[in-house]
Amino acid sequence: MGDEVHGALAMKAPLLTLRAAGLRHGRRVVLDGVDLELQRGERLALVGANGAGKTSLLLLLHGLAEVTGRRELHALEPEGREPRIAMSFQRPFLLDLTVRRNVLLGLWLQRVPRAERAVRCAQALERAGLATLAGRRARELSGGQQQRLALARAWALRPDLLLLDEPTANLDPTAKREVEALIASFAHDGITVVMATHNLGQAKRLATRVAYLEAGRLVAALPVDHFFDGGGLPDAAHRFLRGELPWPT
Amino acid sequence: MSSLGASVATAFELVLGADTRLAQTVLLSLQVSGTATLVGSALGLVAGAWLATTRFAGQRVVVALLNTLLALPSVVVGLLVYLLLSRAGPLGELGLLFTPAAMVVAQSILVVPLVTALARRLVIDALAEGGDQLRSLGAGSLALALVLLVHQRFGALTVVLTAFGRAIAEVGAVMIVGGNIDGVTRVMTTTIALETSKGDLPLALALGIVLLAVVGLLNALVALAQSRSTLPREALA
Amino acid sequence: MADLNLGALSRTLRALRPPRPLRRLLLALATVLAAATLPGPPGAASAQAPERFIVMASTTSTEQSGLFRHLLPVFKKATGIDVRVVAVGSGQALELGRRGDADIVFVHDRAAEDRFVADGFAASRRDVMYNDFVLVGPRADPAGARGTDIAAALRKLAPSALPFVSRGDRSGTHAAELRLWQAAGVDLAAARPAGYRECGCGMGPALNIAASLGAYLLADRATWLAFRNRGELAILVEGDRSLFNPYGVMVVSRARHPHVKEDLAQRFADWVASPADQRVIGGYRIEGQALFFPNAGQ
Repeated sequence: MGDEVHGALAMKAPLLTLRAAGLRHGRRVVLDGVDLELQRGERLALVGANGAGKTSLLLLLHGLAEVTGRRELHALEPEGREPRIAMSFQRPFLLDLTVRRNVLLGLWLQRVPRAERAVRCAQALERAGLATLAGRRARELSGGQQQRLALARAWALRPDLLLLDEPTANLDPTAKREVEALIASFAHDGITVVMATHNLGQAKRLATRVAYLEAGRLVAALPVDHFFDGGGLPDAAHRFLRGELPWPT
Repeated sequence: MSSLGASVATAFELVLGADTRLAQTVLLSLQVSGTATLVGSALGLVAGAWLATTRFAGQRVVVALLNTLLALPSVVVGLLVYLLLSRAGPLGELGLLFTPAAMVVAQSILVVPLVTALARRLVIDALAEGGDQLRSLGAGSLALALVLLVHQRFGALTVVLTAFGRAIAEVGAVMIVGGNIDGVTRVMTTTIALETSKGDLPLALALGIVLLAVVGLLNALVALAQSRSTLPREALA
Repeated sequence: MADLNLGALSRTLRALRPPRPLRRLLLALATVLAAATLPGPPGAASAQAPERFIVMASTTSTEQSGLFRHLLPVFKKATGIDVRVVAVGSGQALELGRRGDADIVFVHDRAAEDRFVADGFAASRRDVMYNDFVLVGPRADPAGARGTDIAAALRKLAPSALPFVSRGDRSGTHAAELRLWQAAGVDLAAARPAGYRECGCGMGPALNIAASLGAYLLADRATWLAFRNRGELAILVEGDRSLFNPYGVMVVSRARHPHVKEDLAQRFADWVASPADQRVIGGYRIEGQALFFPNAGQ
C-alpha cells in the first residue's frame, strides 16, 4: 500500500457516521439512538448479549437495512471515492457450487470484467489458503474452511470496510485460530473491520475499540484497553463482563 | 379385476409388438408435453423465482391469483386457447388450430402457474437462508432470483418433472385444440379417452399402463442422473 | 440490478454440466423434442411438397364406427389429399364449420344442415349415405318394447320408471331422439319420464352408461356394432322408417371464409358421392353387417 494511504491511516479519518440511528422490524424497535463514528483503519468489536442488536447494527452499517436517523458514508482520502463495504454472516451462506464459483459470483455481481474476475478469485483463494480446494463443492468444506471461503469472497471485492457477524462461532480452536489470523491480516492491510463477537478474549486480541450493546442501544464504545480495565463502564457492562448479565427481558 | 390382468397382458403385447401407430402416438405425447414443459418451465421458473425475491405493491393479490390458477381445469384452458386460435378468433390467421403446435401452446399455459408457484416456494426457502448475504454482495432482485434457482437446481428439476406429469396426463386441453385427429394430433390420453368411449375398456386400460410405463422410465432416468451428479466432482472426472 | 453478462451466466450454468454419457442422451432428447415445434404430423419428413390436406368436421358416432379408417385411405390414394377428421358432436361440428375452423362438414342432422346452408355457410348440401338408429335395451325387456314400431315402444316407456339414457348433447342422434319422442306424442318438457337420464355425452359413453344401468337407449347401428361393452343390452326395435338417419356433406363456403380450401374440399364432396366411393361405403361391414347405405344418387 502506498505511503499516502498509510499516512492517511495514521490520522483520524472518519469512514462512516451514524447519528441517532435506529432500525425497526415492522413495529418492533430493534435499534435506537445509536451514535457511532467509525474511523478508517480501526478494528471495532461489538459485544453484548443475544438479541442486543449486534447483527442489526452490522446491517445498518452496511446499508442493507433501512435506517431511521442518519447514516453517512465519507469519501475516502486520498482515493477520492466512497468506501466499499462487504459483509459476512454468522453461518456463511455458500451456494451449492464449487469453491471457486462462489468467489466468482461475488465478483460477477459487482460487474468486474471477466479476465480480472479470474485473477482476483485466484488471489482471494490463495490468500485464504483455499487454493487447493478450488474445485470442490463448497458445501463439503469443514466449518472453518467455509468461514474462510466466506471471507475470501468478501475480500475479493476489495472492501474498505469489512463487517463480520460472529465469524468464529461454532468453530473448533484450530479453525478459530486460522480465521482470526486471516481477519488480522486483512486488518493489517488497512481494511477497517467491525466484528460482532461473543468471545471476549477474541475482542481483546483483535480489536482496537470495543462497543457494548444492550437492548438495542449502544451503551458504550471505548478503546480496547479502557474497556477491559473497567473504567468508565456502566454497571450493566460490568455485569456482562463478569458474565452475570441476565437474558434480555 | 380380471380386466386389469387382461390389460396388463395387452400392454405387454402392444409394447413388444412394436406397433407403429402406438409408437407414433407415444412419441407425439412426449414431444408435445416435453416441449410444453420446457417452454412453461423456462417462463415459470424465472417468474416464480423473481416473485420470491422482489417486492411490489399488490404482490399478495398476484400470489393469490397465482394460487387460484393452480386449479385451472385443463378443459377450460383448452377452450380459451381454442377461442384464441380459431379462425373466428384473434389469432386465427396463424392457422395453428388442430396442429401439435396448438397443443404445445395449451399445455404450456397449463403448466406455467404450477411451475411459477412451486419455483416461488423453492426460492423463498433459499432466500430465508441466504437472501441477506447475496444482497450484501450486490445482487438485485432478478440476479438474486437466477442465482437462487441455480443454487436450488435439483429442486427446480423436481418442479419441472411435476409440470411434465401434469402436461402428459391431461386430456381436456389437448382434445379441444388438437381435435384428436388420427395420425396428426392424437396423443396417448386422447386415444385412451377414445377407446373408453368406444367401450373398448381393456385396450384403454392397456394404453394407460403403457403411458405410465413410459413416464416411469423417464423419471427413472432423471433419478439416475441426479444421483450421479451429487457425487464429488473428482469421482466423475 | 447486476448486469446479466451472458458469459458469466453461461459459466455459472456450466456448473450444471452433467457427466458425458448423460449429455449425449439429453442431446438426443432435445433433438427429438425440437421436432415437435413443427406444425404438422410427425414423420412428415418426406420430400413431398407442403402436404395437401383438408380439415373435416364430423361426428363421434361416424368416427367410432370405423368408417373413416376404411374410407379415407382410399381417397388419399386416389387424390393425394389427406383428410384430417375432427370428431365431435353434430352441433359442435357445424359450429366448427361456421367459425371456419373446418373446410368441410359431414354430419347427420338434416334440419341443422339446412339451416347451415340457409345461413350461407355452405353453398349446398349433398346426400351421401344413411344408416339407421336402433332402440337397444335390456335383453329381458321389462317394458315390452320389442318390435318394429318405435313410436309404440316409446309410448310404452314413457309412463314406466325404467331407465332411459339420452345423449343430451345437441348431436344428430340427440336431435333424432327428440323428434321420435315428439312423433310418439310424448311431451318431454311437460311430463318427463321418471327414468329419463341425460348424460351430455357421446354415443360410446352413453352406451357404457346404458350397459351398466341396464337402460334403454337410442343408438346408431354403426356405433352399436362397433361397441364392445354390451353387457345385457340387445337390439329391441329396428327397421322402422322413421329410424333412418341420413348423412350429408357440405363444403364450407369461401364467400364466408376466404381461407378455406374449397377446391380440395369439393373434390372430397364429389368423390364421396361418386359411384366408386359409394361402393366403398356400402362395402364397409362389421360382423358381416353393412353399416351404411349409400344414397348419393337418390
